[in-house]
Amino acid sequence: MSTTDQGPPGPDWETVQQSAEFTQLRRRLRNFVFPMTIAFLAWYLLYVLLSDYAHGFMSTKVFGNINVGLIFGLLQFVSTFLITSLYVRHANKNLDPVAEKIRDDIEGGAR
Amino acid sequence: MSAPVNLAQGVEGSEPWLNMTIFGLFVVVTLFIVFRASRSSKTAVDFYAAGHSFTGAQNGVAISGDYLSAASFLGIAGAIALNGYDGFLFSIGFLVAWLIALLLVAELLRNTGKYTLGDVLSFRMRQRPVRAAAATSTLVVSFFYLLAQMAGAGGLVALLLGIENTAGQALVIAVVGVIMIVYVVIGGMRGTTWVQIIKAALLITGALLMTVWVLGKYGLNLSSLLGDAADKAASAATPKDVLAPGAQYGLTGTTQLDFVSLALALVLGTAGLPHILMRFYTVPTAKEARKSVVWAIWLIGIFYLFTLVLGYGAGALVGPAEIAAAPGGQNSAAPLLAFELGGTVLMGIIAAVAFATILAVVAGLTITASASFAHDIYANIIKKGEADDKAQEVKVARITAFVIGAVAIVGGILANGQNIAFLVALAFAVAASANLPTIIYSLFWKRFNTQGALWSMYGGLIICVVLIIFSPAVSGKPVNPATGKSPSMFQNVDFHWFPLDNPGLVSIPAAFLLGFLGTILSKERTDKKYAEMEVRSLTGAHAEKAVAH
Repeated sequence: MSTTDQGPPGPDWETVQQSAEFTQLRRRLRNFVFPMTIAFLAWYLLYVLLSDYAHGFMSTKVFGNINVGLIFGLLQFVSTFLITSLYVRHANKNLDPVAEKIRDDIEGGAR
Repeated sequence: MSAPVNLAQGVEGSEPWLNMTIFGLFVVVTLFIVFRASRSSKTAVDFYAAGHSFTGAQNGVAISGDYLSAASFLGIAGAIALNGYDGFLFSIGFLVAWLIALLLVAELLRNTGKYTLGDVLSFRMRQRPVRAAAATSTLVVSFFYLLAQMAGAGGLVALLLGIENTAGQALVIAVVGVIMIVYVVIGGMRGTTWVQIIKAALLITGALLMTVWVLGKYGLNLSSLLGDAADKAASAATPKDVLAPGAQYGLTGTTQLDFVSLALALVLGTAGLPHILMRFYTVPTAKEARKSVVWAIWLIGIFYLFTLVLGYGAGALVGPAEIAAAPGGQNSAAPLLAFELGGTVLMGIIAAVAFATILAVVAGLTITASASFAHDIYANIIKKGEADDKAQEVKVARITAFVIGAVAIVGGILANGQNIAFLVALAFAVAASANLPTIIYSLFWKRFNTQGALWSMYGGLIICVVLIIFSPAVSGKPVNPATGKSPSMFQNVDFHWFPLDNPGLVSIPAAFLLGFLGTILSKERTDKKYAEMEVRSLTGAHAEKAVAH
């Protein structure tokens, strides 16, 4: 078992933090997750507010007994699944390789 | 609460002995697995985090097992059956919330922490006060959530085992509590995780089976199922439009605002639930933590789609009047639907699955609460982090599990009959107010410091709990003429002054604000520690490794 709370004689974290590689990793992560979080929260709140205050609109039948509200609700499922897949693709392609390289540098250097 | 005359009607068709046999089988199988798991649960990392050795897929199934509680299954199906669309809104909040866990929390948490939420939050702060705060909010959230599950157990028993008197129900709650203590104390996190996996598989398979069955009855035509449910609800004694939003929350301006508050608590609460966060430590790497969230999102999402069909199916095939009159009220919608479809056998299976659900979730909560007490309070505050004796720490965790189990049994007996979904919503509100702001700040905000964390956690917690105590959910709702009782927790008193049932709309923004103010009003800077935390959280350098057995 490694004992991280005692802390091995770690690398100079501040130097790593300011390195170009790490800055790039942070930018790639934040540029994806922050706008995406704002987007899905806004989309969710729109749905909540419509369900709460626009009963007439949400009750409009589209076909059969399927109304706008149900479609909106199901679209929340679709968007959740979609964002999940997009993030996984982004992380696998753009985040993991950079993170791995920095980690190897740190852990290789400390050994 | 149900009138005694209806008990015979609800129990009719239910075979208590069959239900108990199926449930007993589940208990025997899971106990066997827990005992096997206990052989490799000797050290602290085993007990708290299953040696970080589960795969992402396994943990994803276990997360859905932890998350799909009795409130999700019985509560949401019942809410859709009786209130239609407004019940569906619950499940959407519960699902969308997972994106916060996926995008902002899971991986970074796995990389920086070890066993508990306190590990992450205290990483770059003064250890003892922040750990104490994190442990306090963990215990409070777990307590509310535990109460909800145990209260649900009592109600379920009435319906499924035909036990109508309070003493009999209390006995069953005690039995649930004891089995759960055995799971946790003997199996630790490894045993508990296997219980979650088995339970999730049973629950999702059962729901799938019933969904296909219901849709089959309507020629796979969702529209005609909805039409049938709408007709039944429109011709009920109190007619409702179950396809349109507003049946439950659209009555007045206050209930509409309450709904916004609830929606906020649901979407921001999940990523602050300690028993969910602790699951991320059972996998070896951040990448596996990501995989487990992806699995969880798919399983939970698909499950909620099933509950949509099941809820409307119960409304159409069983009918809202019969559900409302059954013992257990709306929580009995899913078991009654099972009886309608597959008779006593299917009802027995679904009943046992629902019971297993409660048992597993309670076990998950107990291990979280006991880990937080033993690791944050005992090892790091009382022993000041100097206790090298990890065996002693695990012993404390086991003792705590006993105590929490006992508290849960007593609390569950007292809370018997309370609304499950309401209690769960409160747990979410506390998690969203006391935990989430500090988690987000400490992962992403360089300037954040000890005072900010303390103000946000204690402030969020206190505001949230005070607003709940003085809400109409606790006292002062007008008496319902149909039942002769007030829907509030306490009868015949009224000390409420806060208008909403759910405090999230006020307490969540307040906790974010307090975290901000507390930080900028303190001179403490944690830049050096933040550099370490940020690099480690994003890259996984020096993260806790899996333990091989």
